Amino acid sequence: MEKEIAGKMISVNNEGYLTNFSQWTKEVGEAIALENHIIMTPRHWEVIAYLQNEHKNNVALSIRKIGKSDVLDIKEFYALFPQGPLKTSTKIAGIPKPASCI
Amino acid sequence: MKKILILGAGTAGTMMANHLSHELDAKEWQIQIIDENEEHHYQPGYLFLPFEIYAPEDIIKRIEEFIPNGVELIKGSIDVISPKTNEVIMADGRILNYDILIIATGAKIAPEEIAGMKGSEWQKSVFDFYTFEGALALRNKLREWQGGKLLVHITEMPIKCPVAPLEFAFLADSFFKHKNMRDKVEISFVTPLSGAFTKPKATAALDHLLDEKHIKIEADFAIESVDNDKKVIVDYGGREVAFDLLVTVPTNKGDELLARSGMGDDLNFVPTHKATLQSLEYENIFVLGDASNIPASKAGSVAHFEAEILTQNIKHYIKGEPLAEEFDGHANCFVETGDGKALLIDFNYTHEPVEGTFPFPGIGPLRLMKESRINHMGKLAFRWIYWNMLLKGTHIPFVSSHMEEAGKNFN
Repeated sequence: MEKEIAGKMISVNNEGYLTNFSQWTKEVGEAIALENHIIMTPRHWEVIAYLQNEHKNNVALSIRKIGKSDVLDIKEFYALFPQGPLKTSTKIAGIPKPASCI
Repeated sequence: MKKILILGAGTAGTMMANHLSHELDAKEWQIQIIDENEEHHYQPGYLFLPFEIYAPEDIIKRIEEFIPNGVELIKGSIDVISPKTNEVIMADGRILNYDILIIATGAKIAPEEIAGMKGSEWQKSVFDFYTFEGALALRNKLREWQGGKLLVHITEMPIKCPVAPLEFAFLADSFFKHKNMRDKVEISFVTPLSGAFTKPKATAALDHLLDEKHIKIEADFAIESVDNDKKVIVDYGGREVAFDLLVTVPTNKGDELLARSGMGDDLNFVPTHKATLQSLEYENIFVLGDASNIPASKAGSVAHFEAEILTQNIKHYIKGEPLAEEFDGHANCFVETGDGKALLIDFNYTHEPVEGTFPFPGIGPLRLMKESRINHMGKLAFRWIYWNMLLKGTHIPFVSSHMEEAGKNFN
């Protein structure tokens, strides 16, 4: 389905995750962040860039993996994206919701 | 004479030993299986032990009973696998070589992964039920517990039998009702997931059951530590949940052997091709059951379906033929819902659990995703099937290793 985000029609799934990454822009990310009550800072964008890069390299994302990365620890991840940080951050990043749960 | 070596004589390894001993020519192939334990435990029975539905003797037999004639059982601990030289080095220094290696070393709990979990309250007010010792200690605790806040908790995914914690919560509700003390117990289900289960459709059905049984759900809880003094669990966001009795499923990891051998991922699970079950790194190594990293449930039913396909693939491999990419992630689980009822779920990599009938399309007698008494009878009968058919590699009539699509209501 399509949803208007930051003035553009964007394809999303029923949970609001982008289905076509080429439609992602920083403005789209910012608008999704606002919907989740998050004001983006340069640090937020660093984490988003890291997640997008991991996704591009086909790395399955999980809280545990992020905790073991040198980019940030889990505490900070929660401070930046409260509640479910992996779910919220991947939505802002325009990448699929991690399927780490089986 | 060529050699197949199986590591681990649990559910997966034992089934494989039985399949291969039927399928391979004993004049050409020697089959050996290694395990350090004396006993084979029916692990699904751990769930019933705390509630005294099963006694210890119901779920323990000797490993030897299930190893077929012609397969050599080697008792001992393994130090390391040396995949480049096709050798397994035992703790006592013995070296076993192989032509084909099957890793079936399973998954174990690792409570030490979370700060304070294995602290001063371990087996006093903090328990696991994924080990025999844990389930037994919890049984003793429940005999005398006067009530309070009971948390049923999942640390992180993946875990063996992802429905077992829910079943525990349902059975606890039923158990305390029968003891006439349900009003003294507040049950909460604490999970890192956003709902009761990993698949959306089953989650909706199970969330409803939790609600009906007055079990509160604390979702999206990623535990950071257990505070033994305050008796609370704390998540990374600072959220605290208080407990009088914490029944947790700790982090599940593959065997340390895989870390020592440099063959595991960050949780010691072996990177494995999800449709052929061949190791991604070594072509003469195959991985069966909980030990692999494939995105299927870690459950005996999955190992059972895998074993049928892996047997074919071992035969293909021996003949130099291409492997069949056939494993579809099929899992089939009874979910105990308390009060003598159960529901049944059937799913694979691509299909979520749905409503329908099983194993006969349109007839049943088992019903998918619906609570019923016959499903519960099915779950109890399964123990007999496990000991008498499953481990011996006997094909279970009418149940296919691929998920059957007829008789199910997709969409």
